[in-house]
Amino acid sequence: MNSEPIPPKKLTRQQRRDRRAMLRSLGVGIGVIGAALLGFFPVVKEWMRRLRPPGALDEAPFLAACIKCGQCVQVCPVQAIKLGDLDEGYGVGVPYVDARAQACDFSCDAVQCVLACPTGALSHAINAKEEVTMGVARLARPSACLARLGKGVKGVARGRDFGGVHRYAEIDRWTPVPVAEYEYDLELCDLCARECPIEGAITIERLNIDDRDLRGSPVVFDKCVGCGMCEMMCPTDPPAIVVDIRESRKEA
Amino acid sequence: MALLDPIKVMLGRQPGRRPSDRSMDPAARAIHQAKKGGEGKKERVAAIKAERDLHRSHKWRNRRWASIIIVNLLFVLSFQFDVQLIEGSLTASRVIGFHFADLNAALQVMLAYKEILINLVIGTVTVLIMWWLLGGRTFCSWVCPYHLLAEIAEFIHLKLAAANIVRDFPLHRGLRTVLYAVFALLALVTGYTVFEAVSPVGILSRALIYGPGLALIWVAGLLLFEVFITRRAWCRYVCPIGLTYGFVGTTSPVHVKYNLKECLHEGDCRQVCMVPHVLEVTKKGYATLVNEGIGPDCTRCGLCVDICPTHSLTFDIKGLNKFTKND
Repeated sequence: MNSEPIPPKKLTRQQRRDRRAMLRSLGVGIGVIGAALLGFFPVVKEWMRRLRPPGALDEAPFLAACIKCGQCVQVCPVQAIKLGDLDEGYGVGVPYVDARAQACDFSCDAVQCVLACPTGALSHAINAKEEVTMGVARLARPSACLARLGKGVKGVARGRDFGGVHRYAEIDRWTPVPVAEYEYDLELCDLCARECPIEGAITIERLNIDDRDLRGSPVVFDKCVGCGMCEMMCPTDPPAIVVDIRESRKEA
Repeated sequence: MALLDPIKVMLGRQPGRRPSDRSMDPAARAIHQAKKGGEGKKERVAAIKAERDLHRSHKWRNRRWASIIIVNLLFVLSFQFDVQLIEGSLTASRVIGFHFADLNAALQVMLAYKEILINLVIGTVTVLIMWWLLGGRTFCSWVCPYHLLAEIAEFIHLKLAAANIVRDFPLHRGLRTVLYAVFALLALVTGYTVFEAVSPVGILSRALIYGPGLALIWVAGLLLFEVFITRRAWCRYVCPIGLTYGFVGTTSPVHVKYNLKECLHEGDCRQVCMVPHVLEVTKKGYATLVNEGIGPDCTRCGLCVDICPTHSLTFDIKGLNKFTKND
């Protein structure tokens, strides 16, 4: 057998340049795909659990179906809907509701965000606020609940610097009013039940039959859609009542 | 054949070599022949270029920049003042009530979600027809906000390159085709719109309309890469949106037309062009016809039209030239 080493093939300058360009292209290609794949981590590891707007599909199909255009943001009269940022991976540009800062009060009536959605990520199967299944309210800190302590609310619910708004039906059905401008005078706090937009979703049940004992406790019923109004209105900080994101939003 | 070759070039193939004289149209061959030799050519070219530089036009660039700014401003103002003229962003919107959907974003959603909603189809078809009429990649240079930023980055890159501070590291143009397939596949397999996480078009459009966010860091990184390493890297070698609109523009009526007659073959057009492979025809001895259309990868940006000293490159609407004067 011929053991003579094969002389290395001489490459022309152009060939060497092409080869380097090819390697660079490979590097850039892998870089771009890698950067795009980084979006998996926040989604799979659930770094961000977000309350999604009314009518949202289950999380995985929701992220797939959303075209990230923000039309739902634009139609919301109380600006409850915000868009995810880069740290949410494939949730970038996807709408969510930060209920504590600004909950959805359904004052738009016909679930406008659902109507605005061009892809059905917010399912068009929903026609009324009662059909929404964003989450469900839960009394997370019973010991902090003002109603359970027998305390009332004098003045504003959330402090003067709170930025949230609410369309109080008794003031003006069509103009959102800053929560920081609305004064309450309640002997016993019932804000979660009072401002709940869904009839019969939350009530304050008396703890004691004795009339002199005012204390009561919020009770959440099946009708709760998880809009987060109770969480926004709760005067204690952190809120006594919170919304848990529903794991599987049922198809209406 | 005539349609397939420019598509292959768009997908990354090197443009062909100089065609043989026999494959040329006789009229074109005669013009090539007449241009050979000739005395005082250098002086004539210098004089024509001097004349051009004296009245240097930026007509199409200015119109284009105005278009990018106005379109994006309409989105922003429409939301700020709640006039409901254009709702949404560049990925999907409603223009006076009509659904519009970016073709690539819609494709990603359809592949990932695997269910097709009628509104999305309406929006896609509307946009498809609109950009077919207007020239496909016209979207890139006349609407895309990233294009404007990339042009500024390119300007800085060229200034730095002229001062020998940076140099361009070109990539293989086939990269974009590969990435297009990979992103389509990823959307299909993973069920996420993977490309949207890095799309500077969506990120910028949303940042303009809904306020800035961390995602702008990615866009800034891309721009820095284009300033210091590869000239126009994203638009030239990566962006699947550009390729999508490239396909749309293949048979589009609006295109840049090349006329062989007065061309000096100096290549100023190829210097300013983002996709110079489409201007291969302007090389000496390459044109096989007296009038040739520029390929689908052309973004109809008009930089070549602005810089051409002999007006050999012009905007043209197919089918309408029989109504305009024949020059």
